[in-house]
Amino acid sequence: MTMRDIRNLILSAFAFGLLALLPLYVSGYILSIATTMAMFTVLATSWALFSGPTHYISLATAAFFGLGTFVTGLGFQTLPMWLLPIIAAGLGAVLAALVGLVTLRLSGVYFVIFTLGLAELVRQVVTWVQNRTGQRGMYVLTSITERDIYWQLLGMAALVFLVGWLIARSRLGFALRIIGNDETVAKHSGIDTAAAKILLFMVSGAAAAVVGAMMAPRYIYIEPSTAFASILSFQVVIMALLGGTGRLWGPLAGVVPFTLLWEFISRNAPNQTLLLLGIAFLLIVYVLPGGFVGLYDRLRHRYGQGGQ
Amino acid sequence: MARVVLEVRDITKRFGGLVAVRDMVFDVHQTEVMGIIGPNGSGKSTMINMISGAFAPSAGEIRLNGQEIAGKSAHRIARMGVARTFQLVRLLPELSVVENVVAGAAFGHRKRWGAEAERHARQLLDRVGMGQQVNMPVSSLTYINTKRVELARALACEPEVLLLDEWLAGLNPTELQTGIALIRSLRDEGRTVILVEHVMDAIRSLCDRCVVMSSGAKIAEGTPAEVLEDPEVIRAYLGADEDA
Amino acid sequence: MFFILITGLLLGGTYALIAMGLNLQYGVARIMNLANGEMLVAGGFAAFWVYTAGQVSPIAALLVVAPVAFVVNWAIYRIMLRPLVKRAKSRGALEVDSILATFGLSFALVGIMTWFFGGGYFNYSYLTGRVDIFASSYAQNRVVAFTIASLLAAALWIWLSYTRAGLRMRAVAVSPDSARLVGIDVPAVSALAFGLGGAVTASGGALISMFFTLDASVGVLFTMKALIIVIMGGVGDIRGTIVAAMILGIAETFVARVIDPGLTLAAAYVLFLGVLLFRPQGLFGRTPT
Repeated sequence: MTMRDIRNLILSAFAFGLLALLPLYVSGYILSIATTMAMFTVLATSWALFSGPTHYISLATAAFFGLGTFVTGLGFQTLPMWLLPIIAAGLGAVLAALVGLVTLRLSGVYFVIFTLGLAELVRQVVTWVQNRTGQRGMYVLTSITERDIYWQLLGMAALVFLVGWLIARSRLGFALRIIGNDETVAKHSGIDTAAAKILLFMVSGAAAAVVGAMMAPRYIYIEPSTAFASILSFQVVIMALLGGTGRLWGPLAGVVPFTLLWEFISRNAPNQTLLLLGIAFLLIVYVLPGGFVGLYDRLRHRYGQGGQ
Repeated sequence: MARVVLEVRDITKRFGGLVAVRDMVFDVHQTEVMGIIGPNGSGKSTMINMISGAFAPSAGEIRLNGQEIAGKSAHRIARMGVARTFQLVRLLPELSVVENVVAGAAFGHRKRWGAEAERHARQLLDRVGMGQQVNMPVSSLTYINTKRVELARALACEPEVLLLDEWLAGLNPTELQTGIALIRSLRDEGRTVILVEHVMDAIRSLCDRCVVMSSGAKIAEGTPAEVLEDPEVIRAYLGADEDA
Repeated sequence: MFFILITGLLLGGTYALIAMGLNLQYGVARIMNLANGEMLVAGGFAAFWVYTAGQVSPIAALLVVAPVAFVVNWAIYRIMLRPLVKRAKSRGALEVDSILATFGLSFALVGIMTWFFGGGYFNYSYLTGRVDIFASSYAQNRVVAFTIASLLAAALWIWLSYTRAGLRMRAVAVSPDSARLVGIDVPAVSALAFGLGGAVTASGGALISMFFTLDASVGVLFTMKALIIVIMGGVGDIRGTIVAAMILGIAETFVARVIDPGLTLAAAYVLFLGVLLFRPQGLFGRTPT
């Protein structure tokens, strides 16, 4: 570890400490936006861990998230609360492994298409099972408050950043960068490319499932159509790409402005949220390839401070 | 003679109805530089691609130090000790020069990681004459230097067998002399190399032995001097194309 | 059982037309168009609108829907997608860019359509009589939609197989680089194929609206189905597309009738999974090795 790493670690710990104090000063609407931001920070950062280096666009976030909410919905009365996110993580990883085994050996298009319908598929199956067993939606009535959810998500965000930081300096992270550059070279250098991709997709899927498990008490009432709403997947993709996947902090730079913008639009023109999503996608492709991170790097380069 | 490192037995490769390689048989001995030559489209690259695991043979066996590798996936073959360069140079564009070489060291036959891998990579870059440019982006390299980096990457896992797929192609006459000298120095270190090559000067001065392929089959085997005088080889070259 | 088979085939006919549109766009123009389903919905909206406003038959509406969709899609290719093709450093980079751009387009179109037509469902009653085939009766509008879809698909197939323009298109589908070498204007042919694909899909939408309730956001479901059909049938393979569409139509009808109407996407996914696991090159595709 270099001095710079230690400095960054201390700064990050300090920032997280400050953010953890937030619920002591604010509540209500502002806290709920902060919670939403924390949620998207975990989702977008863990999404970028996999999709950043490999360039595989995953639209499966909603499927993992919904799985997590159902774990809490089904288990909160019988199992200890601390166990639920762990179970969700396990199931998320299993689902990711299955999807990965089927699609990640093939080209990126198959992966996108498969994940595009995954949330809807799981929703249909869950609805069918519920219909057959005569069950409807579930009430998740707990003593967990918005504050608790915020702290849980913040802790999860810290964990995801730490994991991302560790992966980036591990052989797995290096392998993923090589795969993203040239998969043929990766294979001939001795990298089991399918295994590396599946492993990281599992990390990403597990994180999204944990977020779902933590968020469930906030919804109070859970039903398949809200738990597996596929729009979540797209929001996450946009936030991560808007921020940029080239750095660990990139997605965060997309989460903060986009959450605020989304909040503003959905309050004032609720029918126009989809138009906003569309325009954001087009903006990323045509105006901001590489996201804010890319812009930042270009500016730094132009003004001659490019340290690397 | 030294022990056999790589045995190729009755290897055949069919693409649909086309037979690209037919019943190839040859051995590669330790510390030997073995050339595979032949006119364009004779199946040389297909042969190399089967040894490195880019695709599986339709029939036959390939053994590395006695272990079967035919049909195994490329990454497993790489870990067992086969490293290669590519006909069209393939570097990792977003990685620096030294990272490109570390990529070869970190996952292959002899694994190295961290500071040790970086030290090793720098040594190899020095070895191929690139000691000054370790931290440059690969986009700024000259053509021969991209080839040097690729060679260093292949060497980084300390392979049992090194496959060079037309490594000298496209170099200008001065660079060609540098390139030949570089490969000769590898040979003097006692490395085992399979060379697919069109450049006849290189074959004469580098190869201990040659296999000549034409239309997917072996038509001659022996020292460069022997095979280049073989009437069938001459006919294959003059009949097929003038590339030699 | 026989009833399911015929109903499935009737549905599959329209699916085939839609998937042929997507296949033209992906196979020739090399753009994975994820806004394909929105073109379909737009075609359906147009048919709905002329029928309810002017009592014009949806079939006559095709005469307007197809050319307009052609021009719109042609323009989308020239203005939005061509720059991406030009700047792409590799096939993979183009894939990511075109996926994101057409997703953007897809959402923007849904947003615009919701704006104009609201978020509700829309349908209309047209040819609601019954037709008897082999002792079972089927909705007239489904039979008519199937017939027209088959005619359009056949016309497209003949055009691709027997005209010079069709030959050029197939050449670009096989190899853009070689096509350029023999003097084919690849960008022009790609734009043409993209426009044509859009026109075909929008026509399919107009036909589907005769018997299917649509809403502004249902497009993605059709995109998904069309994608699965194209992959199952093989990219650029018209025969495969038709067979795959029929298989999907029958499978969906079977699941909807026998198990649960809410599981149609699951049915499509089972087929998709089978293809990914056993025949990723498509039903009639040659194994690459």
